[in-house]
Amino acid sequence: MATIAANPSHAHEHDEAHPSGIWSWLTTVDHKRIGTLYMFTALTFFMIGGLEAELIRMQLQGPNGKLVSAETYNQLFTMHGTTMIFLAIMPLSAAFFNFLIPLQIGARDVAFPRLNAFSYWVFLLGGIFINISWLFHAAPDGGWFGYAPLTTRAYSPGMNIDFWLLGLQILGVSSLAAGFNFITTIINMRAPGMNLMRMPIFTWSAFVTQFLIVLSFPVITIALVFLMFDRFFGTNFYTISAGADPLLWQHLFWIFGHPEVYILILPAFGLVSEVVPTFSKKPLFGYPVMVFSLILIAFLGFGVWAHHMFAVGMGPVADTVFGVTTMLIAIPTGVKIFNWLATMHGGSIRFTTAMLFAIGLLAFFTIGGLSGVMHASPPADLQQTDTYFIVAHFHYVMFGGSMMGLFAGVYYYFPKITGRLLNETLGKTHFWVTAVGMNLTFFPMHLSGLLGMPRRIYRYDAGQGWEGFNFASSIGAYILGAGMLVFAYNVIRSRRSGAIAGNDPWGGPTLEWMIPSPPPEYNFARVPTVTSRYPLWDLKQPQLTSDVPHTHQGDRAVKVDVTGKDAGTPHVPMAAQSHRPAESAPHIETETYSARRLGIALPDPTIKPLITAIGLTIMLSGLLFMHHAQTMDIAGRAAEAKTSMTMFWVFVLGGAALMVGMLYNWLLTPLESHHPHATEL
Amino acid sequence: MTSVPIGAAPAIGDAHDPHATSTGLDNKKIAIWAFIGSECMLFASLISTYLIYKGRSKVGPFPHEVWTDPMTGQHMKAILNIPVTSASTFVLLMSSLAMVLALAAVQHKNVPKRTTSERILGSSQLWLLMTAALGMTFLGFQAYEFTSFVHEGLSIRTNLFGSSFFTLTGFHGAHVTAGVIWLLTLFAIDRKRGLGPRDEVNVDIAALYWHFVDVVWIAIFTLVYLIQ
Repeated sequence: MATIAANPSHAHEHDEAHPSGIWSWLTTVDHKRIGTLYMFTALTFFMIGGLEAELIRMQLQGPNGKLVSAETYNQLFTMHGTTMIFLAIMPLSAAFFNFLIPLQIGARDVAFPRLNAFSYWVFLLGGIFINISWLFHAAPDGGWFGYAPLTTRAYSPGMNIDFWLLGLQILGVSSLAAGFNFITTIINMRAPGMNLMRMPIFTWSAFVTQFLIVLSFPVITIALVFLMFDRFFGTNFYTISAGADPLLWQHLFWIFGHPEVYILILPAFGLVSEVVPTFSKKPLFGYPVMVFSLILIAFLGFGVWAHHMFAVGMGPVADTVFGVTTMLIAIPTGVKIFNWLATMHGGSIRFTTAMLFAIGLLAFFTIGGLSGVMHASPPADLQQTDTYFIVAHFHYVMFGGSMMGLFAGVYYYFPKITGRLLNETLGKTHFWVTAVGMNLTFFPMHLSGLLGMPRRIYRYDAGQGWEGFNFASSIGAYILGAGMLVFAYNVIRSRRSGAIAGNDPWGGPTLEWMIPSPPPEYNFARVPTVTSRYPLWDLKQPQLTSDVPHTHQGDRAVKVDVTGKDAGTPHVPMAAQSHRPAESAPHIETETYSARRLGIALPDPTIKPLITAIGLTIMLSGLLFMHHAQTMDIAGRAAEAKTSMTMFWVFVLGGAALMVGMLYNWLLTPLESHHPHATEL
Repeated sequence: MTSVPIGAAPAIGDAHDPHATSTGLDNKKIAIWAFIGSECMLFASLISTYLIYKGRSKVGPFPHEVWTDPMTGQHMKAILNIPVTSASTFVLLMSSLAMVLALAAVQHKNVPKRTTSERILGSSQLWLLMTAALGMTFLGFQAYEFTSFVHEGLSIRTNLFGSSFFTLTGFHGAHVTAGVIWLLTLFAIDRKRGLGPRDEVNVDIAALYWHFVDVVWIAIFTLVYLIQ
């Protein structure tokens, strides 16, 4: 096992051309640094969203809570949902996409490194934009789903919804740009020999997720554009008195919203599919079926949106169709659960923290999945809709599923990202406290929900049989919060003084474990030629991969008999590849050199993506002044209205000019300064 | 365990070299297809909303139906002007032809041109400018259409038809505008240093985008204007 530490003596080899310090973070186009930025930003937003949840639970701890007003409560649950979905789970997944996809497919970076930096900065600014609303006492208060017509100007006159819809538009740009980037990266930048069925399963889940993103985000974009036009320009998309359909928003929102659910869970599935084989010392059971079930979940995910709307009365035909498609999704999802179990079956399991979280996903996600099948049935859903039963369901899939999977990923990949291991004792404490806390928080919600406690109420009277369950949920939430503090402490402590990881602290099977931790900026000194799904196990533990398909020559698949004489031979036909000098057999790289010394062209750091993102944010935030102008106009304060209108034009035109100008500058600058293939557009 | 020594190796497997990509296609080409896929959903949402709201407007003007102005009691004609829009549709379709010729001219920049017609067909600047000019003509038609609608009493606020019509066609117009700017940028680069076969992919992705915007217009023209 390679245990050579990242050697600090190589630090001086850094190209002098590369800036250091805060400037280097602002200008970075390295997918690994961007991934790190995503991760720490997302964890910060996760803590903010968690704080909002704690306040909600404090308010609901006993009957007639007096901690916050109804208005604040609406803002808290709206921002909790919006933050957790768009600012915590999605970007935490994006952190892994960024960091891992190029490493797993054997690439030096993503397809468009500067676009990647742009995605991050847009996400950060969008997140800050939405949260700035707290300073104006105007945090969004229409729920994360923002149902129109409730969110139209007539019923939500304040700036709250403006912040929400503009913030989501900004965040949508980030997700879409990242989606195009990763789709291109995965299709086009795989190492030689890495055909699609040899891709690591996390990359597969990321690949499928990107298709969900690029196909579903345009729909919410349009729904938000309609809302924006209604609120700012007086259109009638959601004006019922003008004949508008009160369900238009709901349909558009959930055509986005349901795929979004899979956008949140599939990356976690991918991470767990990496963690379980490593710590079971067995190849993933049924890899092709795992891939096809990902695709099937994504495909079916576009045909189930109206199960969020059974209560609106769509009629028996629509209810039946959407009920059936929803139940169908349980099949590929169940396949995944059983395949993970089959992977563990008979393996030599190591209960590391990452593995514990992965098993946590299996257990808790399954509970959420089962309650999901319950309200896939329209008659059952009519009883459960808008009650705490639904809250229990989606927290079991979001926290028990997505977050458990993402925590598994954090513990598994933290050493690769930082070069240091997270403390296992603290990690296991984190896991057990979290497991107890989350079940104590969310399980009682099933019961209070079935007893009829509605969602989104800021207080409730005593004597309805809900007090005990709510008290238990609140205690659970505090325990959960304590678990997160353990995690935060672990991250901060281990970042500084954790054990040195080396290339491959866990005995992983895929390319990212062949290179030093943290990886050098060029990732692979030599891009390996991939001959199987588990190139590193082929080298280190070939007995583990004897029943996994390999190729000896080209892409001709060779089925290896488990018991045959081929079993156990390292499948590294060095000689067969000598005619292609650009390729290199799978190998372990332990030394870190400067890219210049290796003659590897790396993209130049640039501030332009950040400035472009700032321009975009300024442009969209100008609309807030327009609303202010309209309010002042109605109030008869013409002077202030005029000032606000001026500010509106300054922001919109100034932001647009900054964005377009910088975008041109960016596109006309080559990616790399000294590169024979650098194109000029 | 194999440890391969590394030293001053040349840049290998370089991802920015289009010949080193997994598919052999340039990254930009894959990305533009992903983008177009995404745009399909954008326009599908807009067109669906238009169709859902068709016939639900409570007050006129209406696209295809004669209506009575409640203020004046006057009978007003249906507002869509199909002959004019047919002309603008023709203009936009011709712009796609010009785009094809522009791309071909860039691809065959280094092929010697002997006759006048070969020189005309081989002029990438001419065809890029022609495409942009036809696109701008289309936008001119649209500006004329929008202003005349406003004069006839249909604004984006008037009714559901106005809201969904102006938003749908406005989004398409914005896409055409972006395309025109893109084409003019390519034209400027062509004038400055000449676009050759090595720039093929940059013209190719602009062409894909331009054709996509045209195809969307065919859908809009059929569903909004032709089907009553």
